[in-house]
Amino acid sequence: MLRASLASLLARKLRLFMSAFAVILGVAFVAGSFIFTDTLGESFTALTKSSAGDVVVRATGANDPEQPAAKPVPASVVAAIADVPGAARADGNVSDFTTFVVSKKNKLIGGQGAPGIAVNHTGGPAAHGVEASRLVKGHWPEQAGEVALDAATAKAAGYLIGEDVRFVSAGSEATFSAKLVGTHEMTGGSMLGASVTVMDTATAQRLFQKGADQFSDAWVTAKPGVSQSELRTQVARVLPAGFEAVTGDKVSEQMATEIQKGLSFITTFLLVFAAVSLVVGTFLIINTFSILVAQRSRELALFRAIGASRRQVSRSVLFEAFVVGLIGSTAGLVAGFGLAQLIRVLFGRFGLDMSGASLVLNPRTIVASYAVGLVVTMVAAWLPARRAGQVPPVAAMRDDAVLREGALRKRIIVGLVLAILGGAAMYLGLVVVDSNELKWLGGGILGVLIGVALISPLVGRPLVSGLGWIYRTVFGVVGTMATQNSLRNPRRTAATASALMIGVALVTLMSIFGSSAKASIDDQIAKDVTADYVVSNAIGQPFSAEIATKVAAVPGVAETARTRWSPVSMSGETEWAQGIDPVAVRAMTAVKTSSGDFAQVGPGAVSISAGTAKDRGLKVGDSIQLGSQGQVLAARVVSIHEEGAMVRSGLVTDLRDLESLGLPDQDSTIYIKRESSATASTVQAGLENALADLPMVTVKDQQAFADEQRKPIDTMLTIIYALLGLAVVIAVLGIVNTLALSVIERTREIGLLRAVGLGRRQLRTMLRLESVVIALLGAALGVLMGLGFGVAIQRALVDEGFDRLVIPWAQLGLFLGLAAVIGVLAAVWPGRRAARVDILRAIATE
Amino acid sequence: MTENSTETATDAAAGSGANDAERRPRPRAARVAHLTKHYGHGDAAVSALDDVTLNLYAGEFTAIMGPSGSGKSTLMHCAAGLDSVTAGTVTIGDVELTSLREKALTQVRRDRIGFIFQAFNLIPTLTAEENILLPLAIAGRKPDQAWFDQVVTTVGLKDRLSHRPGELSGGQQQRVACARALVSRPEIIFADEPTGNLDSTSGAEVLGFLRRSVDEFGQTIVMVTHDPGAASWTDRVVFLADGKVVDELRRPTPDAVLERMKGLDSRGGAH
Ligand SMILES: Nc1ncnc2c1ncn2[C@@H]1O[C@H](COP(=O)(O)OP(=O)(O)OP(=O)(O)O)[C@@H](O)[C@H]1O
Ligand SMILES: [Mg+2]
Repeated sequence: MLRASLASLLARKLRLFMSAFAVILGVAFVAGSFIFTDTLGESFTALTKSSAGDVVVRATGANDPEQPAAKPVPASVVAAIADVPGAARADGNVSDFTTFVVSKKNKLIGGQGAPGIAVNHTGGPAAHGVEASRLVKGHWPEQAGEVALDAATAKAAGYLIGEDVRFVSAGSEATFSAKLVGTHEMTGGSMLGASVTVMDTATAQRLFQKGADQFSDAWVTAKPGVSQSELRTQVARVLPAGFEAVTGDKVSEQMATEIQKGLSFITTFLLVFAAVSLVVGTFLIINTFSILVAQRSRELALFRAIGASRRQVSRSVLFEAFVVGLIGSTAGLVAGFGLAQLIRVLFGRFGLDMSGASLVLNPRTIVASYAVGLVVTMVAAWLPARRAGQVPPVAAMRDDAVLREGALRKRIIVGLVLAILGGAAMYLGLVVVDSNELKWLGGGILGVLIGVALISPLVGRPLVSGLGWIYRTVFGVVGTMATQNSLRNPRRTAATASALMIGVALVTLMSIFGSSAKASIDDQIAKDVTADYVVSNAIGQPFSAEIATKVAAVPGVAETARTRWSPVSMSGETEWAQGIDPVAVRAMTAVKTSSGDFAQVGPGAVSISAGTAKDRGLKVGDSIQLGSQGQVLAARVVSIHEEGAMVRSGLVTDLRDLESLGLPDQDSTIYIKRESSATASTVQAGLENALADLPMVTVKDQQAFADEQRKPIDTMLTIIYALLGLAVVIAVLGIVNTLALSVIERTREIGLLRAVGLGRRQLRTMLRLESVVIALLGAALGVLMGLGFGVAIQRALVDEGFDRLVIPWAQLGLFLGLAAVIGVLAAVWPGRRAARVDILRAIATE
Repeated sequence: MTENSTETATDAAAGSGANDAERRPRPRAARVAHLTKHYGHGDAAVSALDDVTLNLYAGEFTAIMGPSGSGKSTLMHCAAGLDSVTAGTVTIGDVELTSLREKALTQVRRDRIGFIFQAFNLIPTLTAEENILLPLAIAGRKPDQAWFDQVVTTVGLKDRLSHRPGELSGGQQQRVACARALVSRPEIIFADEPTGNLDSTSGAEVLGFLRRSVDEFGQTIVMVTHDPGAASWTDRVVFLADGKVVDELRRPTPDAVLERMKGLDSRGGAH
């Protein structure tokens, strides 16, 4: 029996390929996600390995990555630790993450989330004697006015050795330039888009340590034979209070863990898409096997007639599934590489440049791919296999053997229950629970999607019938046959459409979400921000306080309001604090409060948002402690505000408080009001002029500022669309697959139609119409569900400032139009195959 | 017997129709001339038809008989424009099929030719009525309602029109196929063993119907059959052996047909 099914499998290679195809697509997505995230992780790990000395000395508690500038290590400490017996040398490092190269074309290099790193050149090796970076050309900077750049950045910015490089920085000088004397390459491999500027120690200290002879941290290098922990113990003994010595291995590990945490968003994000595509893929696999079983029903009946048991017949189908799963998983794994490469290019577009790293294939990826491919295929084939066992032997004798599809009732009940449970989970996630909201929401959406997919043969019927009416009227008998073919296997049509539905539903949800978010932001800005201009950094980096001084000096500027962002600990837990100039800010925005008085915000007096108040159980009059790197400051809550476009943090403090905590003097945004007598264009020109040599910051009027605020949403949407686009592509290929298989299945019918005079073009039209039915059905259901999801989510988030619901009707209409186009395109290949059917052979086909 | 003599005999037989009081002289509905069909190439080549020349007359019911593998189906397929020919010509009415391109050929099939196959004649998704009207619908022509009613009544399917093929018996399905072949009033109907899958009662129903459509509507029909009984419903039997026309019989009776067939079989055995 097994041999018979293997023979039958090999005899129809096209069938084998097409059924494996669905598996390939699903597995490719899973493998691609894994490969990409592993590659990402690996490149960071490599980086962390070369980013710590044998022993690292730093301010106690300075490993919190959200703390921007740790308490410095004085030169005296560095000198002291260099003298411990196990130390070969000790080097003080100065590092900064806000120094960006300005290209020859006056463009900021990097950004988009990747830091602009600046470090001093010490010559001290990283842990285990590894060189942190290697000189490629020229020499290391030796004196003030010399810098070395990483080769990639130098190339991107167009600088050659000997030329002057311009920088913008949040350090003590907002801009500076220096001669390029060398290029280097980080040993850890890809810098993921970050630039690394190396300078001499004195300059680094002048720029980033306020000129004092102190360091961000220090690396101690072990003498040969001295272990990291021995050295650590020796160093710890000589350290003054407030500093700690940590082994390099541990520091790398901490960094890696932090990075993994930071990346977990991307990993989760990609795995969600893998799950989506797997669900879509599962639909296709089930579908494919159902078709295959239907096609083979005569053959299977023959097996039964000559004495094979039900079990044997089912098993032969499962065996086929196994082979298909195996082949599909292997090919899927290979395709996953391509996909990972694609994702890498995609992310590279948005600043996460990983072109330096090679793709990583972990055993986990292989295991997951085969597990997913085989399990999904076998599970998906199980139902059709059971049905195959039920083929009556007599079907072998009948010419028009049709495998009756079971009643839809059971399926509808399961679907309804799933959809209702999913809806309930969504409700819980959106309204009721306070933790794991996204999991409830996501699970709920998935439940509803699968539920609706199950009942779609029922809910889709009116739509198909409606289209059928149009088809009949416009295309006559060809239209009738197309409609009948779509209705002939409602499950097949529905399952194929469902694959598309899932993608379209999510795209619709995202587009509603995106346009509502943008409208909400616009509204808020229009309502709240009365500033005429906004100075900010396009990539969200802080900038030197020097800029605010320059701006204030521009003629026609009446008032400037500086705000800055910094993580601080608030009674023990980290909170993003927004530091403001209270008087200036109040002049430009009306802050709504639910209790207390926002006007009282000042040194030692903070305002918190209603959300923070609820989370922390605080009320007006309560005392809190603000802290950063060991510095502590007592403060009082004086008001509870509502977040707006300008005051938009859970914790708002006076700028002076942040300064007292020793946080760097760097602003994030400057809001500007012009004098009523000044003309808008003159003031803007004046501002632009003042900031002309500071490509780091830009001046925007209100409209442009709103545009900028919306930009991250657009970027996020683009990435999500691109990934969902892949899910849609899978679905479209699913339509192609289903159609092609049904063409094979209907070979005789097609031959007959051709024999009685159906032209090739008419035949292609028929298939095209069938394809469009499927695509439109999927898109229509998807748009409907996406609408439901979008409205539900917006309603639930009204309290969080998501107060506008914008439904992009034109875009939704476009989706439907595109679906029709997709339908037409999906039918091209199956249509060609059908048109090529040899009439005589078709009639003779058994 | 040479091919030439066969042709002469055929023409003579047609001419003799003039003597018959009931028969008008018949125009030629179709003609195949010097038709040769090879399958495969080189050593593996099979000659399915070897210089066959045959005239088919309007309003006549012709049976084609011969041993298995003698080329009957091949002849039908070539004559109906379903298959290409290696050499020779096929003419339906005044149209020469062998020179036509695919598109024109499809139109000829649609407008001038009717088909009845041994099995799987109907589109399972369409009702009996829709199946019957299919060639007209494909051509975008309006059915002649009176003619349709007449055909349907004749095949006895009036109360079955809304049924799908799956709900019809084999005989009924074949009768639907006959109705479909007739309803577009094709110049000629080709039927390849239309009763091959039917029991004798259902077979007789179908044959009776074909006979009546010849007698009452003047339809031209060519039918391949293995059954001498079926052949006796026809006006003329053409015998094929080894891809050649070897004999012909007018106004056949089962016994006469059987007699000739035996002769053919023994000839086949001599090979
Ligand atoms: N597609 C093909 N390829 C190769 N040879 C073929 C093909 N079709 C038919 N033949 C050969 O041509 C010859 C005539 O076949 P044909 O089908 O016309 O016979 P037939 O008279 O219809 O037989 P039967 O009574 O069994 O249906 C046979 O020898 C057959 O093997
Ligand atoms: Mg035959």
